[in-house]
Amino acid sequence: MIRAVWVGLIFILAGCGEQSKSVSKDAPDFGIEPGELKSGYAFISKDSQALQNDDFGNPGFLWVEKGAQLFGTSGCLDCHKSEDFSGPVSAFPKRHKATGALINLQGQINYCRSERLGAAPYAYESEAMLGLVSFLKNQGAGRQLNYDISPDLQPHFNAGKDYFYQRRGQLNLSCAQCHDDNWGTKMRGDTISQGHINGFPTFRNDWQTLGSAHRRFQACNAGVRAQQSELGSQVYLQLEVYLKARGAGLKNETPSIRR
Amino acid sequence: MADIRLSIPKSVESGAVIELKAMIRHDMESGYRRDIQGQAIPRNILEYFECRLGDTVIFSADLFPGVSANPLIKFYHRAQESGTLTFTWREQTGQTFYKTAELVVL
Repeated sequence: MIRAVWVGLIFILAGCGEQSKSVSKDAPDFGIEPGELKSGYAFISKDSQALQNDDFGNPGFLWVEKGAQLFGTSGCLDCHKSEDFSGPVSAFPKRHKATGALINLQGQINYCRSERLGAAPYAYESEAMLGLVSFLKNQGAGRQLNYDISPDLQPHFNAGKDYFYQRRGQLNLSCAQCHDDNWGTKMRGDTISQGHINGFPTFRNDWQTLGSAHRRFQACNAGVRAQQSELGSQVYLQLEVYLKARGAGLKNETPSIRR
Repeated sequence: MADIRLSIPKSVESGAVIELKAMIRHDMESGYRRDIQGQAIPRNILEYFECRLGDTVIFSADLFPGVSANPLIKFYHRAQESGTLTFTWREQTGQTFYKTAELVVL
C-alpha cells in the first residue's frame, strides 16, 4: 500500500517536472563556440600543468595503477579480453541496454559487479571505484573525445541543459553564468574555467585526492549555496550527458590535475 | 598495503649518478583540518622515509605535517654495485610500508 502511494507520488512529481517551463528552451545548445573550447588545463598554473604532464609525478597515476591491478584481479578479465577500452568507455553516459536507465561508467562497473560477478557494488567515491574509472578512462588519454547525442539520450541532454541554465542556491547563479558567460575572468584569485569534465576523475589540489565529476558538481552546488544531489543521481547523470556533449572535441586528460 | 610507485633506471653504468623517485599513496593528515561536522581530524602522517641498497641506508628523510598528501621523494645515488633497493615509509602509528626494486649496475 505504502509502495503504491510512493509510486503514485513519483508519477505526480514526474508530471510536475514535465509541465514546468524549460529555462533553456530558447537558449542555444552550447554557450561556447566550438573554436573557443578550452580544457581546464588552460586555466591552471604552470606548476600544475607540469605536474599533469609528468607521468610519474602526477599523483592520479596512483589510482590508475590501483585500477589496473583491480581490473586484473577482480574478475573483469573473465568477460573483457580487449586491451583497449577507450572506444567503449568514451560512449558513457549512455542508456543501458538491459535496464533502459541512464548510466555512466561507474554505473556500468557496479552493474557488472552485481549482475556478472555477484559482488557487492562499490561506493561511488570509493578508492576502488575511482581506481577502475581512472584506469579505464586513462586508456584513451590524449585522444579527442567525441560524444553523439542519440535520440534516446536527447531527453537527458535537454534535462542536463536545463540544469546548466537554471539559477540555483542562495547566490542565485546558474552554471552558465560563470562557465559560459564569464570564463577567463577572475573570481577572487582564480580564473574561471569553462567547466569541462574531460579530465575526470581529476586530482584536485584542494581535495588532495582524486575525485569524480559528480563530486565536483556537489562542490559547485555548495559554492553557490544550493542543495547538493547524491553522487550518481539522475540529475547529475543528465548534467554529465550535457557537459560531455558540450566539451566534445577536447582531449581526454584523465587523470588530470586541477586546483 | 599502500600503493607505491617507484621510478628506477632499468640498468646503469658503474659510477653514473642516477635519479630515484618514489611516491606513496597517503593522506598525510596534518591534524589541522576539520571534517564536515566541525570535528578535528586526528593527525596521521608518515614520519620517516628511507631507502636501502642491500643493508646500507643510501637516503633517509624525516617528514612533517607540512608535507603534501601522496608525497613524491626524489634523490640521487652514485651507482657502484647492483643490489636490491628497499624503499620504506614509517607512519606515526608505527606501521611501515615498503616496496623493493632491483638495481642493475653494468
